Amino acid sequence: MNSASCAAKISTQPFSLNPTSPTSHDRPLVSPKPTSLFLGSTRKLRLSSSSKLNLHRRSGTVVAVSDVVKQKKSKSTHSLLITKEEGLELYEDMILGRAFEDMCAQMYYRGKMFGFVHLYNGQEAVSTGFIKLLKQQDSVVSTYRDHVHALSKGVPARAVMSELFGKTTGCCRGQGGSMHMFSREHNLLGGFAFIGEGIPVATGAAFTSKYKREVLKEADCDHVTLAFFGDGTCNNGQFFECLNMAALWKLPIVFVVENNLWAIGMSHLRATSDPQIYKKGPAFGMPGIHVDGMDVLKVREVAKDAIGRARRGEGPTLVECETYRFRGHSLADPDELRDPAEKAHYAARDPITALKKYLIENSLASEADLKAIDKKIDEVVEDAVEFADESPVPSQSQLLENVFADPKGFGIGPDGRYRCEDPKFTEGTAHV
Amino acid sequence: MGNRAIAEIQFADYIYPAFDQIVNEAAKFRYRSGNQFNCGGLTIRAPYGAVGHGGHYHSQSPEAFFCHVPGIKVVIPRSPRQAKGLLLSCIRDPNPVVFFEPKWLYRLAVEEVPEHDYMLPLSEAEVIRQGSDITLVGWGAQLSVMEQACNEAEKDGISCELIDLKTLLPWDKETVEASVRKTGRVLISHEAPVTGGFGAEISASIVERCFLRLEAPVARVCGLDTPFPLVFEPFYMPTKNKILDAIKATVNY
Repeated sequence: MNSASCAAKISTQPFSLNPTSPTSHDRPLVSPKPTSLFLGSTRKLRLSSSSKLNLHRRSGTVVAVSDVVKQKKSKSTHSLLITKEEGLELYEDMILGRAFEDMCAQMYYRGKMFGFVHLYNGQEAVSTGFIKLLKQQDSVVSTYRDHVHALSKGVPARAVMSELFGKTTGCCRGQGGSMHMFSREHNLLGGFAFIGEGIPVATGAAFTSKYKREVLKEADCDHVTLAFFGDGTCNNGQFFECLNMAALWKLPIVFVVENNLWAIGMSHLRATSDPQIYKKGPAFGMPGIHVDGMDVLKVREVAKDAIGRARRGEGPTLVECETYRFRGHSLADPDELRDPAEKAHYAARDPITALKKYLIENSLASEADLKAIDKKIDEVVEDAVEFADESPVPSQSQLLENVFADPKGFGIGPDGRYRCEDPKFTEGTAHV
Repeated sequence: MGNRAIAEIQFADYIYPAFDQIVNEAAKFRYRSGNQFNCGGLTIRAPYGAVGHGGHYHSQSPEAFFCHVPGIKVVIPRSPRQAKGLLLSCIRDPNPVVFFEPKWLYRLAVEEVPEHDYMLPLSEAEVIRQGSDITLVGWGAQLSVMEQACNEAEKDGISCELIDLKTLLPWDKETVEASVRKTGRVLISHEAPVTGGFGAEISASIVERCFLRLEAPVARVCGLDTPFPLVFEPFYMPTKNKILDAIKATVNY
């Protein structure tokens, strides 16, 4: 359903979770009509979700809902979109993301890292497509699925792997772990375990940039912030509050929705009144764009527009990337809820395979070039694991550091020493 | 950038939608990013406490919720002069601070406030009245009620020592402990409901540290365990008479 016909249809169609809208694309719906509005068994869920895919999938066109962003052409005009260097850079970044995440899975099952680890396999096109267009001073705010965002932004694989292992050489000194990647140098503002928590932080970072430009008169400050989050987050209040503020103040931010259809085990289509997230942008006065998130070149084109808008001070954009995660929600998720047909459908659209095909068909790179990159990345990831293995574990005193601004956390006592060094302190209370 | 953000929440009762960001983000940003990032010394000001006619949502005292969060500071002044000094300290403190202002005092309090810039230290309690029979601990507007109770108790020959905590988190245990060691009795009073209020933390800490010195159980004269009522406010509040009764009961234990 595109937006125009949807607006016309709202008053005439009775509400049902399996609408038989004539604008749905390919084969007719296979599922039986549910007896209640709530889908009950898993079996019904799989059937309806796979048939829903056809409604949800666009045949390659990017749909813009507001006239501020110009209409995109269909995928056939992708020639000359990138140069050889750019192509190889994109390929390398995506391979790094994929290889790193696969290595994470191995290390997890070997017991080298622990806790909750969420892997990004399958969604690399979104991270690479957007983040590779940023400057170092631009900020990125991510979710718990943040390893690849960190890698794309430039955080060394060694630092990320050490952080996952909980070692002092990690990007947060082992303090945060998988879901809390931060880097001052690369302006990566985290890693948020809580969905929607990062969006206000990203809005604040964009506000800082605008404040610097307009109030502090640093005229060349055009830093852009990217906020990444998922489809489940789009039903969260903080998301809407930030869309409102960003549009109101025309903040230099791009809200990137990585819609992989599943919020852990909750299907987006079951949880959302209107599953087309990009439509929520114009409600707040910003353009909403839907793009095929499995194609890095399309994502990059849309990203260029959105980031360019933000840099010029024209305000925020909401970009919905239709993507998919090949693995479960986290490494503890057996991933039994999703329909194998759905998984196969998206596995066939693997972004790395697609880019590889594009590069070779358009003679931008040879198989040998790409194999060399594969090998190089393998070495980088192996080296990261070795480095992390050999790094020291944090000492116990690090536990008390940085609770407050003074490095040891609990203030300085009357004897001039840090209170947490007082032997009586270990009796456990937050001493003044 | 050097600028400090000072957020105002119009009534502390409405701080709860921001509770998530304060507790999960502001308090933890420095810790979980390994000191790479912090929330810039954010100060959040919110009027709290009873005002006589506030009802459920204009009278709450949420300080106990925030005192349970490692990473922030909670400061409550008792008078205009204290408010200026403490607020300037909070703003200049590099940690996130929640500053609760007793709204009862907005129209009632009259005091000489110096015009120059001055700061009062955080995490230091102040003994505002010396005594020898019982230690009273409180903060904010409740102190004026406690002071009246102390004056009345004086007439009965009970010498009360009154301590203003000023900073609730991290709180000055040493001053309170020293006073309890002197008097052997302690009474805590606050407007928030008694169960799970900050008085419980003070009570537990004092008992841990001064058990053998105590002559009587730690008394808490606090609000009732109900939502803050409108017409029943006089019954709910820890009034001077309730405090006076508790002082006498503790001294005569």
